[in-house]
Amino acid sequence: MLAYTIKRFFMMIVTILIISTLTFILMHSIPGSPFNEERTTNETIQANLEKFYKLDEPLPVQYLYYLKSIVTFDFGPSIKKPNETVNELLARGFPISFELGMTTILVAVISGILLGTFAALRHNGFIDYFAMTFAVVGISVPNFVLATLLIQKLAVDYNIFPPATWSSPMHMVLPVLALATGPMAIIARLTRSSMLEVLTQDYIRMAKAKGLSPFRIVARHALRNALMPVVTIMGTMLAGILTGTFVIEKIFAIPGMGKYFVESINNRDYPVIMGTTVFYSTFLVFMLFVVDIVYGLLDPRIKLHKKAGDA
Amino acid sequence: MNEHQLDLAKEIEKEKRDELSRMKKQSQSVPSYKTKKQKMISEEVILEVDNLHVQFSTFGGSVHAVRGVSFNLRKGETLAIVGESGCGKSVTSNAIMGLIPQPPGRISEGRVMFKNQELTKMTKKQMRKVQGVDISMIFQDPMTALNPTLTIGEQLTEGVRTHTNASKSEAKEKALDMLRLVGIPNPQERLKQYPHQFSGGMRQRIVIAMALICEPELLIADEPTTALDVTIQAQILELFEEIQQKTGVSIVLITHDLGVVAKIADRIAVMYAGKIIELGTKREIFYTPQHPYTQGLLKSVPRLDLLEEELQPIEGTPPDLFSPPTGCPFTARCPFAMEVCEHIHPATTVKSLTHQVDCWLQDERAQAFRNELKV
Ligand SMILES: Nc1ncnc2c1ncn2[C@@H]1O[C@H](COP(=O)(O)OP(=O)(O)OP(=O)(O)O)[C@@H](O)[C@H]1O
Ligand code: SF4
Ligand SMILES: [Mg+2]
Repeated sequence: MLAYTIKRFFMMIVTILIISTLTFILMHSIPGSPFNEERTTNETIQANLEKFYKLDEPLPVQYLYYLKSIVTFDFGPSIKKPNETVNELLARGFPISFELGMTTILVAVISGILLGTFAALRHNGFIDYFAMTFAVVGISVPNFVLATLLIQKLAVDYNIFPPATWSSPMHMVLPVLALATGPMAIIARLTRSSMLEVLTQDYIRMAKAKGLSPFRIVARHALRNALMPVVTIMGTMLAGILTGTFVIEKIFAIPGMGKYFVESINNRDYPVIMGTTVFYSTFLVFMLFVVDIVYGLLDPRIKLHKKAGDA
Repeated sequence: MNEHQLDLAKEIEKEKRDELSRMKKQSQSVPSYKTKKQKMISEEVILEVDNLHVQFSTFGGSVHAVRGVSFNLRKGETLAIVGESGCGKSVTSNAIMGLIPQPPGRISEGRVMFKNQELTKMTKKQMRKVQGVDISMIFQDPMTALNPTLTIGEQLTEGVRTHTNASKSEAKEKALDMLRLVGIPNPQERLKQYPHQFSGGMRQRIVIAMALICEPELLIADEPTTALDVTIQAQILELFEEIQQKTGVSIVLITHDLGVVAKIADRIAVMYAGKIIELGTKREIFYTPQHPYTQGLLKSVPRLDLLEEELQPIEGTPPDLFSPPTGCPFTARCPFAMEVCEHIHPATTVKSLTHQVDCWLQDERAQAFRNELKV
């Protein structure tokens, strides 16, 4: 297990390095620069600024500085808001984005699994049809459409929840709902189909033949096996939720990291682009790693296999 | 005599010849069977299946999978149920065990009695007190019968923990005893391992240990050796015999392999298209089979003592259970089929206290006809 973890750790670093390099190339291949807006500044000031941000150096040299800033995790000040460093922006925005993302994941995973399990246990019953209709709708409606609908109905028309910003648990309801519905629907469908398959397995019949209670059979024998496919898609789902937060933060005016990320690209604010991208990708890669570990914990066969591979 | 009768006469004669030659051959092989020591079976009946009918409703209509099965089983006895694939063996055993999925399944008639308790009348909750405690079941494929995500220790002890108020360590002791009983070396370490760390034969031993851990009085084994290779099969069968000697458990052994039956069964029920068409002691079924289907089955079994004889598979397939035939279900494949067979189901003929058969050939009119032919 330890050898496997170390191996995975190095792979994570390589992945992040590749993502950072691609970001750097893309960043410098989009036309424009941080300084060419209408109110053109004085030539010398601009030259000084470029020198300060090392934009006058040739690209390979800039790339090396860039790598150094990644390793030290110090991206310096923003170009647009010179009185703030990128690290300060991240420190301010990340907790909010993290809260939104994690709440969404928890809501999506827990309710998706419950819905899918009950649908499978009542196969072809009312709950099943209800859950699956809901799932199809949930998968088909994009989160930004759902967000606007929710704001219109639940905030504007009925005034139940606040329509925007992020200051109390009540403020969290609509954005989390908008963001979680899609993933929840996918998880519900997947859990249902894999649960239906697991319930026909011999070891479930064996558990019944042992005279175990239905609850124990589902909770102990079926669920764990049925969740394997769900864990497998968690990686892609995390990436989806992460990009979803950009849109949802924008719609609900949530002061998370998404705002800085999108603005920085529009402004060609190189240090902020670099900082947020590296930060997001590190986070995502780390979460994928966690998913992998969870998968190994769920399925004892994986552990042995990897151990044998490492030896 | 019309043409049909002529055919029939010829066939009956041929059958007589076959039977004679078989009797001769069998008489040569008798001694090897006789040496086998007789075991004592008590008079106490623990399982009684009475006119059991099971139906499944499917999209295509209703499947009448079991159509009036009756038999009983005494303490310490091994009854084998043999028959081709799809004849309703598993459905019968699931019905006894209360494992027919409802819907689509339904026990439409008949009852199952276990030691004065009517299992077919029990609620699911009452049935759970019987499952795994009084009656246990072993499934065909040991590779899939164990949960891949739980250690075998967890799977072994959960039955004990559910049904008795044994503590964790008591349950573990019990599990260790069981593993020793079924011949798993290093039980202490093995308890912590997962099913994928065992071979097929080992897994079947574990499944057997799981089935026996609450000391049931009846063990239903649905093709317990079919998925194993031949040498392991023999070991598992020996294990069954050994366990029966030690614990006195009664066994219903389901199989389509007469070789398995020859080894450990006391009595044999031959099933065809949802019915038991012949039932007798092992001796009766092997030496004086009465039903043409039983005779066909015996001819299709490889026998070490009859090397020169060619195997003869039974031609054709069993009838469709969507619309079961009104007459004898074997008519279409039976070499002796008569006109009456197709329309009226033969009554049960009792050949001896232990031997019964459903076939028109047993009717005295057919018998008389045969005798006529002989002269
Ligand atoms: N859940 C079900 N739904 C519909 N039909 C079923 C169901 N279970 C069994 N049957 C039908 O009942 C009949 C008997 O099946 P069963 O499994 O008892 O056969 P078997 O004798 O055990 O055969 P095998 O040797 O292949 O295990 C089959 O025709 C099958 O199609
Ligand atoms: S009843 Fe008729 S068809 Fe059926 S087995 Fe006997 S002889 Fe053959
Ligand atoms: Mg079967």
